[in-house]
Amino acid sequence: MTLARRIIPCLDTDGSRVVKGIQFVQLRDAGDPAELAARYNREGADELVVLDIAASRDHRPTFLETIRRVAAELAIPLTAGGGVAKLDDGRAILRAGADKVTVNTAAIRRPELLSEMAAEFGAQAVILAIDARRRGDHWEAYVRGGHDPTGIDAIAWAKEGVSRGAGEILLTSMDRDGTRSGFDCELTAAVSDVVSVPVIASGGADTPDDFLEVFEEGHADAALAASIFHDNLQGFAMLKRYLAERGVPMRVSA
Amino acid sequence: MKVALVEYGAGNLPSVERALSRLGVESLRAASAAGLTGADAVILPGVGHFGALMRQLAAQGMIAPLQEHIARQRPFLGICLGLQALFAASDEAPDDRGLAVFSSRVAALPATAKLPHMGWNQVQRAGESRLLEGISQDEYFYFAHTYAAMGAEGASVATCDHGTRFIALLERGNLCGVQFHPEKSGSAGATLLSNFLRVAAGATS
Repeated sequence: MTLARRIIPCLDTDGSRVVKGIQFVQLRDAGDPAELAARYNREGADELVVLDIAASRDHRPTFLETIRRVAAELAIPLTAGGGVAKLDDGRAILRAGADKVTVNTAAIRRPELLSEMAAEFGAQAVILAIDARRRGDHWEAYVRGGHDPTGIDAIAWAKEGVSRGAGEILLTSMDRDGTRSGFDCELTAAVSDVVSVPVIASGGADTPDDFLEVFEEGHADAALAASIFHDNLQGFAMLKRYLAERGVPMRVSA
Repeated sequence: MKVALVEYGAGNLPSVERALSRLGVESLRAASAAGLTGADAVILPGVGHFGALMRQLAAQGMIAPLQEHIARQRPFLGICLGLQALFAASDEAPDDRGLAVFSSRVAALPATAKLPHMGWNQVQRAGESRLLEGISQDEYFYFAHTYAAMGAEGASVATCDHGTRFIALLERGNLCGVQFHPEKSGSAGATLLSNFLRVAAGATS
């Protein structure tokens, strides 16, 4: 009897519509978040993530409404984030119906935010999102949707984030994001092996073997992908059966 | 049937409401003792911190009314932290007292496994369970917690394993508790909630 590894579809939105991009740019429309959420809930997704990748302050109410619409379709956990700058933003996202909130840029600027969020929401509701890009022999954390390098080592930051109260890490490989060349297993294992909390691997998913690899070699607790699910290139039932047959603990009942 | 959901600021209250509403039951929110008056069944949803929950319930004057509801063997369902609140105390907040229906203490899961225990895990029943009727042995439910109860006197339990075996579900008469989130556990979770509503309906008729 083991905790199942999770398969998590991600809806990147501009606040109200699902959009797709390659390595954080070249966005195009990919559908209605609530419709996609209903479909993934039905088809056996273990959780759902919805992100506001535009995250401009003025359309925040639109995104909160999107969270409400998405949450109404789900009987599985929902994570939401993008542009969370302060405690109030996290509170608003949870009140709108999300179970967990992700924080990235604001946590790097002021790491105490993680402790404040964990104290109020519980660590299980606080996900530290890290966008990492390879720099020679290490990985550097980026902020502002992958725009700005920070000079901060992504592995060291993951450890600090957990010590400050993050209950989970959403780790995106910027090198792999949108490329469909497989997860960065080396990066994922490097983080997963040094933190005490679950790690969600993101960026680069394409084939079922990519998922197998990130669970076996990347030691990921969960794997996240967007476009392969939106485009129906990969169904949850088939993917989970494939992984279960190869010994990965999966919830296949759905 | 009047189903009251204890409202104290827990984030999962709307999802519990929605899950019940999908089963055709419109619940009422109860933020004070008055809200519990005449309730056939009470559900205490919960996420967050044991101490924060108990202090908030005390501030809302709900500790004694909840204890009385349970003592009168009225249907009760504690979810996640709502199950933990049934115990005397928790290592998460050593200075705060729980509802103390059970005399034992809630403890942290061992750090040998990743914590929080987050995700879908299997629940195994040892004996009869009204809540798990129609649900297969080893069914997956969604968990998100770091602390857990290890024993509950006089209750029949189903267990889960994450570093150690702990109580995933308990039943003692009409008193029920689940450590997982049925409102987040897909169709198995919906079946469990509908089983609780049947237990509650049986107790009221």
